[in-house]
Amino acid sequence: MTDFTKFDRRQVLKFGAAGAATLGAAPLIFSKNAWAETFRNDPGSKKSVTLGFNVPQTGAYADEGADELRAYKLAVKHLNGEGDGGMLNTFTPSTLKGNGILGKKVEFTTGDTQTKSDAARASAKRMIEKDGALMITGGSSSGVAVAVQGLCQESGIIFMAGLTHSNDTTGKDKRRYGFRHFFNAYMSGAALGPVLKKEYGTERRAYHLTADYTWGWTQEESMRKFTEEMGWETVAAVKTPVGAGDFSQYITPVLNSGADVLILNHYGKDMINSLTQAVQFGLRDKQVNGKNFEIVVPLFSRLMAQGAGDNIKGILGSTNWNWSLQDEGSKAFVKSFGAEYGNPPSMAAHTCYVQTLLYANACEQAGTFYPPEVIKSLEGFKFDGMGNGPTEYRAEDHQCFKDVLVVRGKQEPSSQFDLLEVVEVTPRAQVEYDAKIFGGELGPYKV
Amino acid sequence: MDAILIQILNGVDKGAAYALIALGLTLVFGTLGIVNFAHGALFMLGAFCSVTFNKLLTLSVKVKDEGVTLFEAFKEEPYLKIWFGDTGLAIIDYSVPLSILMAIPVMILVGYVMERGLIQHFYKRAHADQILVTFGLAIVLQEIVKATFGANPIPQPPPEIVAGSANVGLWLGLGESVVYPWWRLIYLVFSGAVIFAVFAFLQFTTYGMVVRAGMRDRETVGLLGINIEKRFTIVFALAAVVAGVAGVMYTPILPPDFHMGMDFLVLSFVVVVVGGMGSLGGAVAAGFLLGIVQSFASMNEVKEIFPGIDQIIIYLVAVAILLVRPRGLLGRTGVMED
Amino acid sequence: MKKINVNDTTLFLSFAAVILLMPIWLSPFGAAYPDLLQKFAIYGIFAIGFNILFGLTGYLSFGHAAFLGVGSYAAVWSFKLFTMNVLPAVAFGIFFAGLLALAIGFLSLRRSGIYFSILTLAFAQMSYNLAYSVLTPITNGETGLQLTSNDPRWIDAMYKTPEAGLPSTELFGLTMNGYPGFYFCAVILIICFYISLRIFRSPFGLTLRGIKTNQKRMKYTGFNTRPYMLAAFVISGMYAGLAGSLLAITDPLAGAERMQWTASGEVVLMTILGGVGTLVGPMLGAGLIKYFENIFSSFNSGTLHEVFSFLPDGLEVVVVKVTGLFVGSGWHLTLGLLFMIVVIFLPGGIVEGVQKLARLFRPKTDDDPQAPAPQKQAAE
Repeated sequence: MTDFTKFDRRQVLKFGAAGAATLGAAPLIFSKNAWAETFRNDPGSKKSVTLGFNVPQTGAYADEGADELRAYKLAVKHLNGEGDGGMLNTFTPSTLKGNGILGKKVEFTTGDTQTKSDAARASAKRMIEKDGALMITGGSSSGVAVAVQGLCQESGIIFMAGLTHSNDTTGKDKRRYGFRHFFNAYMSGAALGPVLKKEYGTERRAYHLTADYTWGWTQEESMRKFTEEMGWETVAAVKTPVGAGDFSQYITPVLNSGADVLILNHYGKDMINSLTQAVQFGLRDKQVNGKNFEIVVPLFSRLMAQGAGDNIKGILGSTNWNWSLQDEGSKAFVKSFGAEYGNPPSMAAHTCYVQTLLYANACEQAGTFYPPEVIKSLEGFKFDGMGNGPTEYRAEDHQCFKDVLVVRGKQEPSSQFDLLEVVEVTPRAQVEYDAKIFGGELGPYKV
Repeated sequence: MDAILIQILNGVDKGAAYALIALGLTLVFGTLGIVNFAHGALFMLGAFCSVTFNKLLTLSVKVKDEGVTLFEAFKEEPYLKIWFGDTGLAIIDYSVPLSILMAIPVMILVGYVMERGLIQHFYKRAHADQILVTFGLAIVLQEIVKATFGANPIPQPPPEIVAGSANVGLWLGLGESVVYPWWRLIYLVFSGAVIFAVFAFLQFTTYGMVVRAGMRDRETVGLLGINIEKRFTIVFALAAVVAGVAGVMYTPILPPDFHMGMDFLVLSFVVVVVGGMGSLGGAVAAGFLLGIVQSFASMNEVKEIFPGIDQIIIYLVAVAILLVRPRGLLGRTGVMED
Repeated sequence: MKKINVNDTTLFLSFAAVILLMPIWLSPFGAAYPDLLQKFAIYGIFAIGFNILFGLTGYLSFGHAAFLGVGSYAAVWSFKLFTMNVLPAVAFGIFFAGLLALAIGFLSLRRSGIYFSILTLAFAQMSYNLAYSVLTPITNGETGLQLTSNDPRWIDAMYKTPEAGLPSTELFGLTMNGYPGFYFCAVILIICFYISLRIFRSPFGLTLRGIKTNQKRMKYTGFNTRPYMLAAFVISGMYAGLAGSLLAITDPLAGAERMQWTASGEVVLMTILGGVGTLVGPMLGAGLIKYFENIFSSFNSGTLHEVFSFLPDGLEVVVVKVTGLFVGSGWHLTLGLLFMIVVIFLPGGIVEGVQKLARLFRPKTDDDPQAPAPQKQAAE
């Protein structure tokens, strides 16, 4: 048993020499300083630039990822001057001309995040190291967004986050190279609070079921903050395992808890399952404390709402954007997306499309692809015509501030896409907060 | 008190579901000695029988939606509604239970093809090979479903009449606070019936006796001039049907998606192993045990004392039982121990 | 067994050469970029370690991802608390994974067969579930454990003042990203391969094989198999911990999903795909699966059109449509089919396929009686 640890000295020397020889023959060793003068993946005199679209193509969010990818492809088309131009025509102030970015044709590479941090980082690294991507964008969950954002910071590549709703993305895990257009859990709470007060009054007893991971916790925290401020009592807040499938054992205690509102801090499949099952338990037919029992889902997505079927009818929640909006930007986007693919874009598609345009425009404004300059041009950038009204990329935390939509599951949908109706457009001022409350720091411009 | 009662009911309900989902797996283990990682995929295929059946029932004329002006959108009007009016809508309403009629023949066919085409070549191969090939098959099946139906869950509502909750408390004379969804009660009864039927089939029919004999000693049964191979094919098809109908009936509780098979795979393996490999009774007992334990571990009162206990309780119980009882609750010596 | 024989030397040398030259010979396949090369090496270590348990003893663990995860967490904590130097991180990774393997192995090895598999699976799933939720203060849950600029890094703090931004992992000044990271992993992989080779050829390895063949008979001869099993389990757990720490070294982030059962399943699949119980098989399987995951998944219709542009237009559209089902978002389908094809036609994995091919090309009238035997051994 001790034999295998005994090395023959001569052999070790031999192998060592062989190893060293091979090492010498290998390609140049790269070091970080090689980019000190220029920057990583500088397109230089090339005629095109490559963007990396990193979306979930397998796993639970594959459909969302597919929709994001459709939006990206549309954005690339519009940037290159093909198609009807979509939001390029409504986006102000914009210097985009439909001739690519800074005169270079936009190309792209795609990858599969599998909704896993490791896979997402591996995929992003491939884009950076092999395909020479200048910017990475995408993602359909906060864990992935935070992980890829960190990687992009280290590599000096700009990351334009897709769908990520956790406060952390632009809070304690914010990065100089990461930007988020999507709204967050705090804003959901701030926007929903007043509507809940108006609809359900100030004397309510709320029961929270919360997905047991970072996003769920931040969502619960902000919902509790805003509902408790207006006088609601929190009966219980119970953590549920992610992907539990059957939530019945968490729903049964709600029945006799004396609560009259159930807040489901779940997303995706968890949301579909817990909502479907809660409705089956007859919660919505219940009368408690002389009031109708209500269910609230803080974050709604139309794609996911489809999975819950009729159960979402009448349920309040918030969303980043909905295709039924009637402003010029939204209409232009829906028209162009619908003509291309035959169905309206989801909110994930919208945020991804907008992020791509914003990046392109920032490069145009900076007059260079050099990331620190592009970042500076995005920081504090105010724009309009992208579907959410006047919007600002706040410089302190790279979070977009804009109006938030409070929506309700439609009672009489006119088509299979018409699932949500906008109850209120919460003005931006109401959802704004001090960037300091979540901590974190952006880090340096030059890496 | 009510809280405890309802949690017991919930545990029994979960247990029945676990037992039913795991039943086919243990059957195939016990009779054929196959570690079937595609069992979850069979469950998923059953659920998608229900989806397909619903799609067939709601085959629709596409009417241009005038409300949507920005692109071409269509409203759908099912033929059944056009032809039969309200009767048609009533049939659509019952699509989930009716789809069992489709699921049974489809799953028999799937089971037959799978056993003849693939599994029969693996009876004498290592378990590792069986795992790899059935896992590969599971991936292929789920990717086909994903390519056909998309990745998002598809809602399958139960019939209107049983969509809500039953007042179980009133039946038992306990007041009105103990309610439980109708569909879950139906699932409970359904599980019981299917499990009993499978038991009776194996225990009280000559056919079942031969299969059980084949489980013990395939060679001797073969020497007696019985074509055991053929019977094994039928057992595999039976297991597929059980998994399939379990899937069909589960769809109103859990809107099906392509990945649901993988989600239930580990759970069903834990149930089967805790029960003892190849033991039907063991699987049922383990199902109920795990269901009830999980139900109680999820109560706030318990979670306050042991944070996160509901996340691991199933595995914790599995470990405890396997360390105390070497072959699970009711496992036989020598089965799947090498 | 006192001395490594000639064939093993050849095998080892060619293995080392092939690994170190990967950046060159993999570039036509589009895989020669640092991150993927690192992944090849790291998952190669993981699979080779797994094979020491599964290949030699036949005990199928479904919980090895837990050790990988613990190795990663230990390494990142070493970066956070002590120093960015990678050597302590490797040491911590191996140590904690070994410790966990000792505990889990001690309990799980009381059972055999599928019962053993489920025990390991249960332990790993518990680790994963806890890491994802309750243990968030240690693991940072879903987001994963990352470096931050206000980590103490006590040892580093004594010697140098921190620069702006996050520091990189380094080996005495040599940063461990890009190609240096790959060569670091590759050298460790080669060492690991050597150790595994020696284990396979040692009396210890023979004992393990004996257990695989007939544990009962071993026990009847009065032989206590448990310590040997436990040693094999811990060694393979340490390999996994090493791989985990290397993952953290080349990319300082540790996420809970590294411990999920699918991750444990992945290493099982790598090993079987390549060839259980063979020396190079696990490495081949690991490489193949990682290649699929990273390259096949990145093909989109645009890339396919480029690839098939030589075909006439009509045909090209059809070909692109059909192949499009198997790449990009359909790469799982290809993987599933590959598993099935390999296991149906090549029960011994890819290694057996290569052997069959080699036999095909070797003339039947080979009169050197020595030839087949070493060939077989070399491929083992």
